[in-house]
Amino acid sequence: MAWETVIGLEVHLQLATRSKIFSGSPTAFGAEPNTQASAVDLAMPGMLPVLNAQVVHYAVKFGLGIGAEIAKRSVFDRKNYFYPDLPKGYQISQFDAPIVGRGDFEITLADGSTRSIGITRAHLEEDAGKSLHEDFHGMSGIDLNRAGTPLLEIVSEPDIRNAEEAVAYLKALHSLVTYLDISDGNMAEGSMRCDINLSLRPHGSEELGTRTEIKNVNSFRFVEKAIQCEFERQAEILEEGGRIVQETRLYDPERNETRPMRSKEVANDYRYFPEPDLLPVVIDEAFISAVQAELPELPGAKRLRFTEQYGLSTYDAGVLADDRRLADYFEQVTARCGDAKIAANWVQVELLGLLNRSDTSIASSPVSAEHLGDLIARILDESISGKIAKQVFEAMWQGEGSADEIIAAKGLKQVSDSGALEAMVAEIIASHPEQVQQYRDADEGRRKKLLGFFVGQIMKLSKGQANPQVVNSLLTKHLE
Amino acid sequence: MHEHSVAQITRGLREHLFSSVELTTALLARIDDLDSRYNSFVTVDADAALAQARAADALLAAGDAPPLTGVPIAHKDIFCTRGMRTSCASRMLDNFVPPYDASVVQRLRDAGTVTIGKTNMDEFAMGSSNETSLYGAARNPWDTDRVPGGSSGGSAAAVAARLVPAATGTDTGGSIRQPAAFCGITGLKPTYGRVSRLGMIAFASSLDQGGPIARSAEDCALLLGAMAGHDPRDSTSSERPVDDYLVALEDSLKGLRIGLPREYFGDGLDAATGAAVMAAIRLLEDCGASLVDISLPTSELTVPAYYVIAPAEASTNLARFDGVRYGYRCKDPQNLYDLYTRTREEGFGDEVKTRILIGTYALSAGYYDAYYKKAQQVRRLIAEDFSRCFDSVDVIAGPTTPGPAFALGAKSDDPVSMYLEDVYTLAANLAGLPALSVPAGLTGGCPVGLQLIGRHFDEARLLNVGHQYQCVSDWHLRAPEALTGGQP
Repeated sequence: MAWETVIGLEVHLQLATRSKIFSGSPTAFGAEPNTQASAVDLAMPGMLPVLNAQVVHYAVKFGLGIGAEIAKRSVFDRKNYFYPDLPKGYQISQFDAPIVGRGDFEITLADGSTRSIGITRAHLEEDAGKSLHEDFHGMSGIDLNRAGTPLLEIVSEPDIRNAEEAVAYLKALHSLVTYLDISDGNMAEGSMRCDINLSLRPHGSEELGTRTEIKNVNSFRFVEKAIQCEFERQAEILEEGGRIVQETRLYDPERNETRPMRSKEVANDYRYFPEPDLLPVVIDEAFISAVQAELPELPGAKRLRFTEQYGLSTYDAGVLADDRRLADYFEQVTARCGDAKIAANWVQVELLGLLNRSDTSIASSPVSAEHLGDLIARILDESISGKIAKQVFEAMWQGEGSADEIIAAKGLKQVSDSGALEAMVAEIIASHPEQVQQYRDADEGRRKKLLGFFVGQIMKLSKGQANPQVVNSLLTKHLE
Repeated sequence: MHEHSVAQITRGLREHLFSSVELTTALLARIDDLDSRYNSFVTVDADAALAQARAADALLAAGDAPPLTGVPIAHKDIFCTRGMRTSCASRMLDNFVPPYDASVVQRLRDAGTVTIGKTNMDEFAMGSSNETSLYGAARNPWDTDRVPGGSSGGSAAAVAARLVPAATGTDTGGSIRQPAAFCGITGLKPTYGRVSRLGMIAFASSLDQGGPIARSAEDCALLLGAMAGHDPRDSTSSERPVDDYLVALEDSLKGLRIGLPREYFGDGLDAATGAAVMAAIRLLEDCGASLVDISLPTSELTVPAYYVIAPAEASTNLARFDGVRYGYRCKDPQNLYDLYTRTREEGFGDEVKTRILIGTYALSAGYYDAYYKKAQQVRRLIAEDFSRCFDSVDVIAGPTTPGPAFALGAKSDDPVSMYLEDVYTLAANLAGLPALSVPAGLTGGCPVGLQLIGRHFDEARLLNVGHQYQCVSDWHLRAPEALTGGQP
């Protein structure tokens, strides 16, 4: 039977606040265990939560970014369960009255088509700490540095139909939240974690099948693989006439399989009720307008502008607009050199090539946008050829200075002076009589090919600095 | 010296009639001599108290000392005290020494008070008799075979026995007012949000409120002035400015409208208690107040609503006591489940466990709507009842308790009859209103309390009425027989 996959995603996004959601402790990643946990985070007796206003600001920013309804009054609830890394014995979350309501989110697929994915809600909550099971001689260690880190849980409608869409959705979400500057989106550090709800149904059926939930998948690639595995597992059961058990599962990347979590890891009744230590969050129209006013141009709008303003292809505009810093970089390069298409090409091919190979982010690129812009300007004013430019770019990457400094230091300036070039042309013609004869005997088509040989010889002789256009015309003249 | 009120002490210290060290020494000696009878203290730190008293005397000598400088007080053992054990009278926290002060403790320190020690209480403030304490029941100084009330029973007994002039208490369903009534002293539960809850170990977060216990309304006003005020670390604390409670004490009662809810004078009220309370109210009438017959039809719903909401909140507030980070931990846990279950089984007493179970049940899927949600709806109706009444009256008066202090053990096997002890006090907590209990007579040698309930943040008025009453009565000046050699 042909099965349709129905997927809904819950994304836990760590908000990039300096302090925690309910205490003043710092949120920096990677500190020594339990050095970033205050009396509030440790749930010492008598301690009380105080809401970090920045968290509300970020949640509203997200809501406006997807055009969602913003709740004027939202309420925190306690979600009760016992676990050693949950110090209070309950997590403060939002259940009945989340801060962000229904919204829609557009994603672009590889073939350029777009789809709209519904966002059911997004709510604020605190993260738990970490249980460390190694190095404690059969006991467990608890690190509460992460306890109380602010999270925005973004819940999608079951609108996603396959792994490609799921990954496109996550990438678009990643792009959006980094644009909004509300999260660093760093998946390796757990800033964006994903739960996958997945069920199958026969094609054409309207009814939803029984779903399973795959918890805590933390990379795009694992999301793709987990969906594939779980699809195959469920399809096999259904094909054999079996039934899917509604349960929580884990994806194991090493074995590339999903398996059920132990039942004890799954609490059944969280006994949600309104958190009496916190007042409802009440926001007004003025606050919402102020946040609206500070929204940056979002990825979709920027992509469109790049095609219209700079004449870029949809694909190029997509690559460049996807990352806010990359887009800004590209626009700075363009402003500096005046040619968007060449700038786009250099940023995508040379710069991204090196950044990816060296696993460096655009923010810490060793080549500044100004330097790259100036380099392209030297190509455009024919000071150097494109080929020499690549050599200069490599030197810039090594930190050897600006384009002009490197060109001067290495003597790479293009030779366009016909006197100097004429001598080289004469030398090459004199030293290759056989090829000269071939050229003279050849027809128009073959001549072009042979001309390439002479150009190559002159470029070699000039160490690449000869202006190819000047060389071309000189050669044509002298070979006649 | 031990008979001095807080007001007298502040004057005496400033006039150098005696020093804080002299006073503190005298009280410590008295605690040493007498407290084996009352069991009102669970921790006394004489060295620390004397060091604070010496510092206070130095400040007083230099002049410009804060208002309560050198006044010895005690804190209920539910308020965290930096470096001093804070147990909640539970095995769970028997070994717990907080590295911080509760806001109330900090504010009273800033006002200059000397901390003598920590007072006995019902375990985690759950009880109306002080009998659920890990350290044994505190006893009523008027009759040591009777309970001092609870949960702030140790604070009330210590103040009544003249071991300290004043103490802090907390009131979730009557835990300041009922023991104040039973021990013949004055206790105020402020408006919810008036006093910071930070560092006060939570029982039921939406009901808990700290307040003063002393021998007069004037002394309560002095203490409340220091305790009250906004605390940015407690989101439920009010930003409303604090009134000058002392100035308001002297206001006349002419034109004051006192509402008498008929439901507070009906079945279940001990006749002698009712008569004493009515006599006190007549005295207020003599001071110029008028009496208005009112009705609070939701009164019968307060006990059931309270005994759903308070345990529900308690069941999750007490989840943090899991043996992982601090407090009691069972011996040799075999695994996580064993750690949790044995730690909590061994660490909590029966009443606490009962309430955790009730609360967990009330919040469970399938029961939430019928219990917790319904109770919250009832709570709203109760609050509306009061705000309607406060359209036509300024203060509501009635008995604090259905009768005088009962005998130790009389109700400990009958939780429902114990819960009914709180029938007149719970409503103020559910509606978040301030309420004061002042001594209004004796029956069978035991004190009776008059309860005054006010509008939100109208503590100044309650203290004013209490003070004016105490200007024309002397019940608050009477000491238990055992202390006076038979002359109450």
